[in-house]
Amino acid sequence: MNGVPLAAYIGLGMIMFTTGVVGVIIRRNPIVIFMCIELMLNSVNLTFLTFARYQMAARSSDALGMQNSLMAGQMMVIFVMAVAAAEVAVGLGIIMAIYRLRDSVDIDELNLLRG
Amino acid sequence: MNQSIGGVAITPELLLFGAVAGAATLCAIGVVAFNNAIRSALCLVVNFFLLAFLYFTLNAEMLGITQVVVYTGAIMVLFLFVIMLLNLGGLSLLVERRDPKKYLGILLGCGMFVLLGSQLLPQLVSVNAKTLDPEMAKFGGPEAIGRTLFTTYVYPFEAVSILLLIGIVGSIMLAKRRI
Amino acid sequence: MADFVQHLHPVLQALIRAVLLVVPSLLLLIVIIWWERRLLGWMQDRIGPNRVGNITFSRTSRLVPKFLHGKKFRLFGLMQPMADFGKLLFKEDITPSAIDRFIYFTAPAVALFPAFAIGGTIPWGPYQYLTPVGDVNIGVLYILAVSSLGVYGIVLAGYSANNKFSLMGGLRSSAQLISYELAMGMSLACIVLATGSLKPTSIVAAEHGPLWGFNFAPFTWIENWNVLTPTGLVAGLVFLICMVAETNRAPFDLPEAENELVAGYHTEYSSMKFAVFFMGEYASMFAYGLILSTLFLGGWHLVPIRFAYLAKADSGFGDIWNVLDTLNGSSVLAPVWFVAKGLGVITLYIWIRGTLPRLRYDQLMSLGWKSLLPLAVFNLIVVAIWIMATKLSSPLMGWVAVAASGVILYALYRTVNKLNSKNRVDLTSRTVFMVDEPPQGREVELVEPAPSVS
Repeated sequence: MNGVPLAAYIGLGMIMFTTGVVGVIIRRNPIVIFMCIELMLNSVNLTFLTFARYQMAARSSDALGMQNSLMAGQMMVIFVMAVAAAEVAVGLGIIMAIYRLRDSVDIDELNLLRG
Repeated sequence: MNQSIGGVAITPELLLFGAVAGAATLCAIGVVAFNNAIRSALCLVVNFFLLAFLYFTLNAEMLGITQVVVYTGAIMVLFLFVIMLLNLGGLSLLVERRDPKKYLGILLGCGMFVLLGSQLLPQLVSVNAKTLDPEMAKFGGPEAIGRTLFTTYVYPFEAVSILLLIGIVGSIMLAKRRI
Repeated sequence: MADFVQHLHPVLQALIRAVLLVVPSLLLLIVIIWWERRLLGWMQDRIGPNRVGNITFSRTSRLVPKFLHGKKFRLFGLMQPMADFGKLLFKEDITPSAIDRFIYFTAPAVALFPAFAIGGTIPWGPYQYLTPVGDVNIGVLYILAVSSLGVYGIVLAGYSANNKFSLMGGLRSSAQLISYELAMGMSLACIVLATGSLKPTSIVAAEHGPLWGFNFAPFTWIENWNVLTPTGLVAGLVFLICMVAETNRAPFDLPEAENELVAGYHTEYSSMKFAVFFMGEYASMFAYGLILSTLFLGGWHLVPIRFAYLAKADSGFGDIWNVLDTLNGSSVLAPVWFVAKGLGVITLYIWIRGTLPRLRYDQLMSLGWKSLLPLAVFNLIVVAIWIMATKLSSPLMGWVAVAASGVILYALYRTVNKLNSKNRVDLTSRTVFMVDEPPQGREVELVEPAPSVS
């Protein structure tokens, strides 16, 4: 957006990423942890798009020929979205399977791999 | 409006951004802070919706609408669905224990933000986006994205489609009791 | 008229658009409810809702003015929606005690929002300002995005009421909406692929071209409405079914199946909060009617005949063709025809409701996943082949390729079906027989009733 410094968007992305990290560390509900991971992915998406837009603004209009390099940010976001969708489908399936097996989804009780 | 704070001119766009970003931040904190998983999920939905709006302001209208379709329309519905299924199975809400490690976690997160922010943000305050001319503004539209996706990025695209297929098959295998 | 709007302040233009988005659906709501009551009364051969509220004045009473003696006023059942509304308004508003209060009160609003917002990118006529939100180049995606938000109101209502029936209704509904959205997206993709644009006005413009892209006599007279092309017809049928499922209407009204789930997700809502859900359902019915008319039924033109072309080609009747062209949708009448088409689709909704019984849950899922989705995907493949063949040689070759690929895909489907039929689960064991005849194909021991002791 015209008139908004780059730092504002990046700052928002950082705040969201930090919140996601904190959530993953402190929460015990695996679904909420999953949601925090989604939050982090989204903050990264926002950063990608911000840089794509501001890089676009830094070029002159005759740079349209090198559109491929300018589109890289948006392409990355598309792939992140697709991977997130696949991840959620499998991850929620795993959570359901664990719940069916143990009647509980508390992440602190899932310590079979602890030595 | 010619006021400025710390060298940044206060424009109507900045105020709009501030409102949306503030709401998005509150929602992001709500995701972590709410004990009730449904409320966390709702906060996340609102957050994704606001992010879609921010994508629109970044001239990425195609990705903004894709954000709504994919995240709020599919992924979060799936989350709500699973939370409700677990509720239906008689699972009481997980009560978060008070744990000193948690405060350490919050402290660590804040430290990370301060470290990153203090190093990165001051460099970027002076960078501003000028309005794109109409030809360039099309770079977020469906034509430009489609052309790039199916020419330069066609192999990653196919790889992602295979990944999604594997994801579908995998989730069916996980969800089915007997195969 | 168009110029007048264009010279207004942008804020006023936006206001006009917002009004255009919300007010017609609100005004038409009561008409739709009345029409549904009346039509269902006819179809089900019931006397009542279709004629309630007739007033007959006494022949002899002195309380009645003389000129009214013996007069009869027919209100065609218009009193029924009034009575409905009065009942909903004055009913006691009960709030259950053990609910999630915030979500309980926001759920009706969340349910109403997508119903009004979904028509945002649909053009009402040949003028730019007649598109409520804006004629954007992602219009079709906008429809998909907003329609996917419709789940939330239902899921939240079902969850917050703290009632097993509500929760079951909400779960069923979210599963149903997710399943049918896929097929809906695929059928929309067919139209987008065939047109080559995500912009609703471009799709309508393509629909006003010559039929099947042919440039000779009988085809140039007819408009290329998507429903008149083979692939568009299949996509339209899939879209129609998905549309009925997305609005939770009969025969897909499982979330609110009375005999299984009381009233589904809105069991615990009464009075105006229930009315809001009701309004949302009818408003989204109307909006989907407009979407179907835009994407498949040629937008704001009344009949699929290209009068403008005829006026150019046939100079003898030139003026008549021009007048007909103006009447057909290149004038102020366009929004009228458009709304009329939307109401026609609603009539179809009511007809379906009056005709078909409700589906069982597994039937619903297998219809969505095993029939509609593969059909829509096959259709998408056929559209892609059509585009290839048309671009490589000619429109004629394109349709030959469509016919050939259609035949091949049908043969493939039959073969797979035949191979698959060997290990198909026999469903007779799940069938409930309501009569005393033994089920066929299975040996059933008939138990003699024990002789009664006298």
